[in-house]
Amino acid sequence: MRELSAALRKEALLQWRTRAQLAAVFVFGASALLLFSFAIGPDSAALRQHSAGFLWLGLLLASTLTLAESFHSEMEQRALEAQLLLPVRPAALFYGKAISNWAQLSLLGFALVPVMVVLYDAGTDRLGALLGVILLGTAGLSAPGTLYAAMTSQARARQTLLPLLLFPLVVPVLLAATRASSLLITGDPMDQARSWIALLACFDAIYWSLCGLLFGRVVED
Amino acid sequence: MSPEILSPPPTPPGPASGTPAVEAEGVCRRYGRRWALVNVDLSLPRGSSLVVAGRNGSGKSTLFRVLSTLVRPDRGTTRILGLDPRADLHSVRRRVALLSHHSNHHEALSALENLEVAARFLGRPPHRAALVPKLAEVGLAERADDPVTTFSAGMRKRLTLARTLLQEAEVVLLDEPYGQLDPPGFRLVDDVVAALRSRGATVLMATHQLERGAALCERGLVLEAGRVAWTGPARDLVRGSGLDSAGLAEGGA
Repeated sequence: MRELSAALRKEALLQWRTRAQLAAVFVFGASALLLFSFAIGPDSAALRQHSAGFLWLGLLLASTLTLAESFHSEMEQRALEAQLLLPVRPAALFYGKAISNWAQLSLLGFALVPVMVVLYDAGTDRLGALLGVILLGTAGLSAPGTLYAAMTSQARARQTLLPLLLFPLVVPVLLAATRASSLLITGDPMDQARSWIALLACFDAIYWSLCGLLFGRVVED
Repeated sequence: MSPEILSPPPTPPGPASGTPAVEAEGVCRRYGRRWALVNVDLSLPRGSSLVVAGRNGSGKSTLFRVLSTLVRPDRGTTRILGLDPRADLHSVRRRVALLSHHSNHHEALSALENLEVAARFLGRPPHRAALVPKLAEVGLAERADDPVTTFSAGMRKRLTLARTLLQEAEVVLLDEPYGQLDPPGFRLVDDVVAALRSRGATVLMATHQLERGAALCERGLVLEAGRVAWTGPARDLVRGSGLDSAGLAEGGA
């Protein structure tokens, strides 16, 4: 726990120093939502119908920017190498970084909800549940995203390579998060959202366990 | 030199004290198709010191990266204080410290914050009162709150040195410790090595400052194209026999 706490404090410090990036990613995500609305046109029923899908697409696209940068500077400055020289388990470094990415993506998701409500008239009386789905969905993006970000951070084409690797892997998470969000926004008389949320939680558990185990193999020689 | 550097390192339960501090047997390491190390054998008793010399690209840094566990050998084995890194990596890393010749800091953080990060991972007090004296030892106390991105190469090296000393390791690997430093920095490294030795640490130093290295260390080793070309008393390294064996004498190709 001491190592994880140290890793989390380091990440919090680094995020605070680069906080302008979060604002830039929010603007990117909000712009994506705006552009998606142009594709549908003024049909308010269709906009509301597709709002959850657009929210998650916007989050997914914005997440690649956040995730790709999360390891890049540490690798480029060899700071990660310095941490590996210390008696710290790679899993602690992974979970520190993944939790930090999760916090950023969750904040981004929460910030995009009002944008979605305004642009798509997609309000919901189950806002707490929707925010819960965003927490679970961004957790499902963060763990594999952090692992792949570490793998691709040294690559010249990392901004391209990361989505190529990540998107196929997170299809189940996106599907479950989109379906659950959509049901919460458009109505859920059969209470199907609960099943999708349970599925999402299962995928999160698998990703967070497996990625933590695999991270050592990615960063160690 | 402040008393902190001279204080003995903590002695966590570890291997028996009779085992060598550093052992390497038949260590080979390849990068792509080029062998950086070929059948390197090494055995250093605890508390001893070794200066490693060799031309650029002779394998000095690779040897140190292997011994510090950053890089795994393709063949052969290493042991640090009797511990096998393949079996107990975490314990080995508690006992070995590497001063890399690269700057490896978080550039967005200040010197003090970089030390705080390391101190937290090491389980040391991360407080300003405990860490500013560590920066003072390497002449950086006045720049403690400045971001590393504003530092010169020599100042970054001093910060790397402060972080390496913070670890209080029993085996200390110094890769090009004089690189980028000014003359006072040279004397600082000399003092640090002397202090490490006086507290019983095992010191390995790779350097092109052979006279300084030979004055500080007991043993010498010359690497040539990844192979051990010469070993002997460090004083013989600068008297010619070691230098000649690896073509390091001035006037060599």
